[in-house]
Amino acid sequence: MGAGHSHPLYRESGSPVHRLPPEVKIAAMVAFTLAVVATPREALWAFGAYAVLVAVVAAAARVGPGWLLRRSLIELPFVLFAFALPFLGAGERVDVLGLRLSEDGLYGAWNILAKGTLGVLASLLLAATTTTRDLIVGLDRLRCPQILTQIATFMLRYLEVLVGEARRMRVARVSRGDDPRFVWQLRGFAAGVGALFLRAYERGERVYLAMLSRGYTGRMPVVWHGAGAATAGQWLAGAAVPVVAAVVAATALALT
Amino acid sequence: METLAMHISNGIINGPVAAVFAAIALAALAVCVLRGRQDLDDRLAPMAGLVAAFIFAVQMLNFPIFTAGVSGHLLGGALAALLVGPWVGALCVAVVLVVQALVFGDGGVAMLGLNITNMAVLGTAAAYLLIAALLRVLPRTPAGLAVTAFVSALVSVVVAAMGFVVQYQLGGTTDLGGNLAGLAGTMAVSHLLIGIGEGLITATTVVTVAKVRPDLVYALRALKPAAPAPVPAVGGVR
Repeated sequence: MGAGHSHPLYRESGSPVHRLPPEVKIAAMVAFTLAVVATPREALWAFGAYAVLVAVVAAAARVGPGWLLRRSLIELPFVLFAFALPFLGAGERVDVLGLRLSEDGLYGAWNILAKGTLGVLASLLLAATTTTRDLIVGLDRLRCPQILTQIATFMLRYLEVLVGEARRMRVARVSRGDDPRFVWQLRGFAAGVGALFLRAYERGERVYLAMLSRGYTGRMPVVWHGAGAATAGQWLAGAAVPVVAAVVAATALALT
Repeated sequence: METLAMHISNGIINGPVAAVFAAIALAALAVCVLRGRQDLDDRLAPMAGLVAAFIFAVQMLNFPIFTAGVSGHLLGGALAALLVGPWVGALCVAVVLVVQALVFGDGGVAMLGLNITNMAVLGTAAAYLLIAALLRVLPRTPAGLAVTAFVSALVSVVVAAMGFVVQYQLGGTTDLGGNLAGLAGTMAVSHLLIGIGEGLITATTVVTVAKVRPDLVYALRALKPAAPAPVPAVGGVR
């Protein structure tokens, strides 16, 4: 249980983006996404500009394009939905490669594809450069209600507990002659899911009591808050990307 | 990790509608934070974290609905409402959605309001209303609790799916014309099936917890002292 201090998407590195305080990165990522979504879908050039921005940040964070592309496959269901739109959409039809497609649907597909992909890439970059602990600290510094950060802290912590208990229970089943394969292990899983929950809870309860007895008050230790809060310079550096994106979005809005 | 995105991603619903629902979600969450603070004690705090972690893990089970490329998945709203109550429960689901959007790129950040309204607010509210009603009507036995959990989970999933359909009608970026009814039908039927799966998982989990540690089930606390008491414990791994 010693390992697992961060989530599987984190890429260890000392790049300038990694060193930025988490609250700056979260705010920048949210602002960038909002600018992208506010852009009218007809302004194709604007999305090119956003893609360049993402590429620049990825290069600064030393995150490879292969990794980004592989991880962005998460978006697949919505890509499928996007491809269905030109066939389902109403309104005027245009001929593309001998198919009569809905013009509105084509734009809709492009809209989902471009905005969805940019959003996924932005959050992947945040994930790749921010540890779980930093993420919570960042949310806390952004004045997120304490009850929410507390739930989030325990959630990320207990995810490991849950996965660990599930693995132990599976080993226990296998060593008692169960032969879990493909669909057939679902039955064993279903029978054990309640027990899994209880075991994980009782383990998690002990973790919580241990934390309480070591002075936990529902907030992360003050040490982390005092040191490393964002300076004005870091806020400025972090603001560069969303400001450029906002200018692009404003220009695109003015032109259409 | 071959997980897939399953929440509404950026660009599917237009900006103004997303902004309206963000305001709705924010207001609802503010109420939940205020009420949830009173609920959150030493027993509920770790439970809330575990429920959130459990929902996080369960939401990874994803069923693509190939006909329209829309996908469905388990929500966990009913489980949260049963174990930690409606206020903290809605917050748990909301936290899961926020972390998924920020870190895993699942569901657009700009669409968080829509996703939170559907799954955290509507799903949990529908589940809790049903739980409160059914627990009064049904016999206080494990079977009664199982039926309550199953029905409320099933209904909450369908309600959340219909929330998406309404939002798409209000602000879908592409006008589907007559096909909107098709989308509604697809979502309803598929989420009915998903709801059955969700109901089974919710029922088995809650009944097991209620048998071994009835003190942990929030929905049963209000009903004391006649809770489904002396059932022989069957904890641990069978």
